[in-house]
Amino acid sequence: MYDVAIIGGGVVGGMIARELAKYQLSVCLLEKENDVAMGTSKANSAIIHAGFDAKPGTLKAKLNVQGSNMMRQIVDELGVKYKQNGSLVIGFCEEDRNQLEILFERGRQNGVWGLEILDGNAARKREPNLSETVTCALYAPTGAIVCPYELTVAAIGNAMDNGAELRRNFCVDSITKTPEGYCLYAGADVVESRFVVNAAGLYADKIAALVGDDSFNIKPRRGEYILLDKACGNLVSHTIFRTPSKMGKGILVSPTVDGNLLLGPTSVDIADKADTGTTAEGLTHIIKEAGENVNGIPFGKVITSFCGLRAVGDAGDFIINSPCSRFVNVGGIESPGLSASPAIAKMVAEMLQEQGLTLIEKENYNPKRKAMHSFREASLDEKNRIIRQNPAYGKIICRCEGVTEGEILNAIRTNPKPADLDGVKRRTRAQMGRCQGGFCMPYIVNLLAKEMGVMPTEVTKSGGASVILTGMTKEGSI
Amino acid sequence: MTDLVIIGGGPAGLAAAIAAYDNGVRDIVILEREESLGGILKQCIHNGFGLHTFGEELTGPEYAWRYEQEVKKRHITCKCSTMVLDVTPDKVITATNETEGVFTLRAKAIVLAMGCRERSRGALNIPGVRPAGVFSAGTAQKFVNIEGYMPGRNVVILGSGDIGLIMARRMTLEGAKVHAVCELMPYSGGLARNIEQCLNDFDIPLKLSYTVTQIHGKERVEGVTIAAVDSSRKPIPGTQEYIPCDTLLLSVGLIPENELTQKAGVGLDPVTGGAVVDQDRQTSCDGIFACGNVLHVHDLVDFVSEEAEIAGRAAAKYLGEGLSKTTSITLKTDGKIRYTVPEVITAQKEVRVYFRVSNIYRNVTITVRDGDRIILEKQKKKVAPGEMEYVVLTPDMLAGGRELLFSLEERL
Repeated sequence: MYDVAIIGGGVVGGMIARELAKYQLSVCLLEKENDVAMGTSKANSAIIHAGFDAKPGTLKAKLNVQGSNMMRQIVDELGVKYKQNGSLVIGFCEEDRNQLEILFERGRQNGVWGLEILDGNAARKREPNLSETVTCALYAPTGAIVCPYELTVAAIGNAMDNGAELRRNFCVDSITKTPEGYCLYAGADVVESRFVVNAAGLYADKIAALVGDDSFNIKPRRGEYILLDKACGNLVSHTIFRTPSKMGKGILVSPTVDGNLLLGPTSVDIADKADTGTTAEGLTHIIKEAGENVNGIPFGKVITSFCGLRAVGDAGDFIINSPCSRFVNVGGIESPGLSASPAIAKMVAEMLQEQGLTLIEKENYNPKRKAMHSFREASLDEKNRIIRQNPAYGKIICRCEGVTEGEILNAIRTNPKPADLDGVKRRTRAQMGRCQGGFCMPYIVNLLAKEMGVMPTEVTKSGGASVILTGMTKEGSI
Repeated sequence: MTDLVIIGGGPAGLAAAIAAYDNGVRDIVILEREESLGGILKQCIHNGFGLHTFGEELTGPEYAWRYEQEVKKRHITCKCSTMVLDVTPDKVITATNETEGVFTLRAKAIVLAMGCRERSRGALNIPGVRPAGVFSAGTAQKFVNIEGYMPGRNVVILGSGDIGLIMARRMTLEGAKVHAVCELMPYSGGLARNIEQCLNDFDIPLKLSYTVTQIHGKERVEGVTIAAVDSSRKPIPGTQEYIPCDTLLLSVGLIPENELTQKAGVGLDPVTGGAVVDQDRQTSCDGIFACGNVLHVHDLVDFVSEEAEIAGRAAAKYLGEGLSKTTSITLKTDGKIRYTVPEVITAQKEVRVYFRVSNIYRNVTITVRDGDRIILEKQKKKVAPGEMEYVVLTPDMLAGGRELLFSLEERL
């Protein structure tokens, strides 16, 4: 019997796990996929929003600004990448200008500092590659970028270092209430817990329905992205937004913390919560709009395209409530969910406390996690000292991203341990470069197989049936 | 200080090392990122290599082995499992391996022989999901030929370049069913003999002017949608076909791997993707030479070896009496001829100028002009983008020239 079970291993569930791991509680995080950060948390714009976009008075607004402020310390503690590069919301006409004034006012009400309205020329002074058709811009210096799945992995890893448990491939399909709490079933497998947090992303409504709460629906809204080579990562330094509309913040052009250039997302309501396919129309749309925002985007330098699904709730705001005793919903966490995640975690902890969860701080709680990318930041001498102790750090496996065997093995052995190729990719960046794993994939398959004690033919891309190799040569030949 | 550092121990690097040694250089280091020498030839277990060089049809590993033996005989230093991280304009090379850690080498001369990488699914923006089962043909080849594993059982191949054609046969021989090879262009990019021996001999359909418009399958590929394309290579609505399969192999382009070349400040040719070089394969940076696939993608390894010999010999001369540049002739193309290597001629001596054409042309006259003066004409029955050609320019052809134009006409 756990004190708290959290359903969903995304950035929200992860931050909640980390928050609760501060206290003398037994915490279990349940994730239906083979790895954490498999849902929206790995396919989003990676932005810690300044907080001017959400309507004042909403949870989105309050938790965005709070979370964004908390994030600076958290990224430091977790040793993850973060860059406060500032945001520019660009406009092309008078109507846009009016909208920017509205955002400025909203930001002021939400407590965002440093906001400025600029004219086109002033905007271009700060960002020379902006299109000449830009006539106005809202500048928000507190906008920042992170790597959302690195943050999720680190939060969960830190939670686990402080005693939290992770159960992967645990898809909750029924819940029964007991006098002590809840039984969460995944087929014949069961986890019992006194308190439950529903942070199940796209499926938060399904989980809520399992305890009889039909009050909200989550609908998927597709967002496609295009990622460009690091060679063009300097084209812009700020995150460039378009003036937002009903459907969202529009196509943005942004550097990533790793130095790539990110374009997207589109915004299309779809029916299937499991459809993360990109579309020809979506990709064309991104290229068109991104090209209108910024000059000189080298579309020939595309490395990859991908798609994430926003979990859009029908309440107009984050759905953070308690439908029944000792059960908290955290649903409809679309933008600014990533930014708000640490503040959501604090809020949920308080809600659980109000419902009877005793929060006594752990004496030996350690908020810090060793940065996984510390090797590449090390000096030459330090690197060679490490290599003398551990030669695997002298062997480069991923040529494009410069990732060593030592770093890959370290990632495979560190909580939350990856169990598939994409998990290794998200933790190390190996396979994320120009050749997209063309060179390093066979090496990583072998490393992962060896570490997991399985045959290379059992290694998967992302769990389940996604095997890389179907067998040995000459099996079943004609 | 090392006299000559060669980055890449594949066929280009090995041939350059041997040529440099045979022309007097003794202090040579080859840096190779894989565990053994031979480069991509290690996994090219089909034959057809060495017809020009040895008068024999060898397999890739056999061809590589012969050069490896010659390198061993000469006791040339080779560091394997060593990745070069950086090359500066003043020829300081940073590399790393398990035994030496991160170390630097100062070189008097460098030969760049890093080869090329394959274009990936990501770079193509193929819509759909991103399941397991999509491989670039070369990665699949490594799994099959080196590791002994099958990447899949029911295969569709996009791209009829040589790697795609070879893998169509390879997968079939190992028990897979190859349903089709789709090619975006109206002609194949591979050698004619490969179309015969890899597709026709196995009744594998070649669908020209076709592309893959969508990948299906949540966890593992379940099928692909293919469609015919029009003259601007856009899918034609209504021509979609669904092919159930569990594997998509991509043979959609090779990109010379010039990240280090750029770090060294060497100028690149936007058409080849490789360094701009002169007849000695010397780049815009004195003492830095390039050869093999890193310079321009080759079809025949024999040409790679020849080119590498030129670079190795030139590097030796550079280190010895020096390379004098007595002229400066720029080579331009008309577009039908896509590029020439070399792009520049700096000495009035006999030079083979290699080139590729941008389309299939028949009954062609290839002309080299110096202003109005025609200095060379060559007739060919057929030229194709997938088959590298060359012309020989003699010293008197080069006399007084400043700019030469390479053009092509079809005689109707």
